[in-house]
Amino acid sequence: MAQHPTGHSHDAHGDSHESHGSLKSYVIGFVLSLVLTIIPLVAVLNDIVEGTAARVVLLVTAVLQFVVQLFFFMHLREEKKPRWNLMALILGLVIVLTIVIGSIWIMTYNAVA
Amino acid sequence: MDKIKDFASDFFVTGDPLIYGADVAIVLVTVAIVAVLTYFKKWGWLWREWLTTVDHKKIGIMYILAALLMLFRGGVDALLMRTQLIMPNMDFLKPEHYNEIFTTHGVIMILFMAMPLMFGLFNIAVPLQIGARDVAFPVLNSLSFWLFFMGAMLFNLSFVIGGSPNGGWLAYPPLTEKMFSPGVGQDFYIWGIQISGIGSLMTGINFIVTILKMRAPGMTLMKMPMFTWSVLASSLTIILAFPILTVTLALLFIDRFLGAHFFTLDGGGNPMMYINLIWMWGHPEVYIVILPAFGIFSEVVATFSKKKLFGYTSMVFALMSISVVSFFTWAHHFFTMGSGANVNAFFAISTMIIAIPTGVKVFNWILTMYKGKISFKTPMLWTMGFIPCFVVGGMTGVLLSVAPADFQFHNSYFLIAHFHQVLIGGVAFGYFAGLYYWWPKMFGFSLNEKLGKWAFWLWNIGFYVCFMPQYVLGLMGMTRRYSTYGWDTGWFGLNLVSTIGAFLMGAGFLFQVWQILHSIKFMEKDTTGDPWDGRTLEWSIPSPAPMYNFATDPQVREVDDWWEEKQRLASGGAPRPKPALEPIHMPKNSGMPFIKATFWFIAGFGFVFDWMWMAIPGLIGVAACMLAHSFNYDTDYYIPVDEIERTEAAARRGV
Ligand code: HEM
Ligand SMILES: [Cu+2]
Repeated sequence: MAQHPTGHSHDAHGDSHESHGSLKSYVIGFVLSLVLTIIPLVAVLNDIVEGTAARVVLLVTAVLQFVVQLFFFMHLREEKKPRWNLMALILGLVIVLTIVIGSIWIMTYNAVA
Repeated sequence: MDKIKDFASDFFVTGDPLIYGADVAIVLVTVAIVAVLTYFKKWGWLWREWLTTVDHKKIGIMYILAALLMLFRGGVDALLMRTQLIMPNMDFLKPEHYNEIFTTHGVIMILFMAMPLMFGLFNIAVPLQIGARDVAFPVLNSLSFWLFFMGAMLFNLSFVIGGSPNGGWLAYPPLTEKMFSPGVGQDFYIWGIQISGIGSLMTGINFIVTILKMRAPGMTLMKMPMFTWSVLASSLTIILAFPILTVTLALLFIDRFLGAHFFTLDGGGNPMMYINLIWMWGHPEVYIVILPAFGIFSEVVATFSKKKLFGYTSMVFALMSISVVSFFTWAHHFFTMGSGANVNAFFAISTMIIAIPTGVKVFNWILTMYKGKISFKTPMLWTMGFIPCFVVGGMTGVLLSVAPADFQFHNSYFLIAHFHQVLIGGVAFGYFAGLYYWWPKMFGFSLNEKLGKWAFWLWNIGFYVCFMPQYVLGLMGMTRRYSTYGWDTGWFGLNLVSTIGAFLMGAGFLFQVWQILHSIKFMEKDTTGDPWDGRTLEWSIPSPAPMYNFATDPQVREVDDWWEEKQRLASGGAPRPKPALEPIHMPKNSGMPFIKATFWFIAGFGFVFDWMWMAIPGLIGVAACMLAHSFNYDTDYYIPVDEIERTEAAARRGV
């Protein structure tokens, strides 16, 4: 976005001077995320894995996908200090874990089936 | 022909005089608006100055206007309910109609009144407080507003077209599943909230970035005004909580639209999961709306006591810790669901913990007033009305958080009284305080104090008259959402008193409207830019602020920089050297947000009625707007120095 009024040396615009990755890193990221999408799709559609194993494959590829996105497209490593994005990410993860674990905990007592 | 007739009687809500009245009113108002705009040739002005504006000050004004309209609608809903409950066996509203009204009342007051009023104040105050020229993403900001606006309009349309939702403000399934709510009301609910919810999420992001990245030179985090801190805390909570709401409502929609079974009992779903999910958003949401009110009170208390805010650091800590801890208490809304003793114990304790930082703040405000030179202007009155009210509301909250006791209180009028006490006494009083406080900055004149005092006392007294009896009614066994009750219950007297209180608050609202109209006509222009002898940067510039806010970047040295600067000048200090003017880089207006939000409206309406021929083009329109906008590079311009000079000179002369 280029709409921020400038005038402060440290406004949101300032970030565009940071490196935003190279063609190489984008291609690597793209290929990795394709691979990580295809693996679970093929594995589950063709019944290569089932049951718990299938769930593990799905979860692991999903988490890896998340990491790839963060590093290759969100440029998590290249952030200048203070590392707001990293902090927001950690807080977000804490909340996500709370949601998942909390729901499992609460719902174990409310199962109906 | 018959087909058309059938369709029309489904499409338009029929059979109720109130609704025919609304139909007529809507048509008349629309015709009047179109006529006035055409007659005075104001269409171009409307488009250039408002619909396409990206100026945070104007967006703030639009938010506030819309919120006040919604306050009116929600308030009428409330008075209708209280009229129905004024005495036993009333036949004023039919039970079905009563259900619709308590649903729309709740949704409108939280999502379409409190939220936009809050966003309006964010927009008005934050960039000015931190010495910025706009928010970080001005076009996104305008998009947020228009999404809110279109979502709110879609929701309100259900009153006259298709029928209002009637499943309560949080729409618990299984009642809200297709099987039990086959009408379109529930879909209006989902789409109205979803569309405006996207806007809320984006506002959260926008203000976090603005506050973290666009502060004036020298303003470190710990020198930020307290309202700005509270906005940061609230925005943080928004970006973590609103996605939960979006996903939950999306799942409900998939259930209704595609026949899935997330929340139905058959097919392996579980409605209790919905309750669990919706409160993961719902509890943080109540803190989203209260945190900025805390920020406003902090500004107002310091300004009108002429003292530094007591305990700045502890206040910051309290705000930020509340925004995080609020994510760990949600199950206190369903202690009675049967999640077992361990779950209830955990959430009871986490809920009680939240009361601690809240208590810290109350002491900070009181100690700020202690030995201060207090002037009882209207913003200060609302603040002083708030403190005792919120203390009682917080304490009844702690009573509710005692899980075993909550089996008695839950969903009774005791609960109703609790949350109205914190929402009216806390959120509404807070936003009113903010509105009165920043009004001169928005419009260049203050509001009439005398009428404002009337409004305050009517609201304040009306509040207690209305809600204190409800605590008792709750203990007497009156549960929420009753549309009527019998003489044998013994609830008549207290209900009568409660209704009287509600009308007192209604009168308070009328006084506010009168106050605004009266002040527009009679109040003198504020030529100082600093009518309250304020402390923070927004008072260092003319009122209303010029479009670029600050002619030169302010240099900040301490907390309450403007106040300290005034003290320094008064004691004979030399004024700081003024840096030379430079051309100012500004964002250009954009029609994209309005057009895109209109497409969202069309798509939402299509989904509500299951008309894919309408929904799909609507979504395509949305995508086209995104695409077009990403190729638009003509987004900014410079204001030349001589224009800045002229504007500044005019503002200082008070023309
Ligand atoms: C010290 C702070 C607070 C405590 C300990 C507290 C505790 C509680 C508890 C335990 C309930 C659930 C009761 C039940 O359903 O039986 C509740 C409901 C509620 N509270 Fe609070 N609360 C506090 C502050 C607030 C604030 C600041 C707000 C809003 C600004 C708020 C808004 C609400 C609402 C809207 C509900 C009920 C919603 C519904 O069931 O429809 N509370 N509170
Ligand atoms: Cu809660």
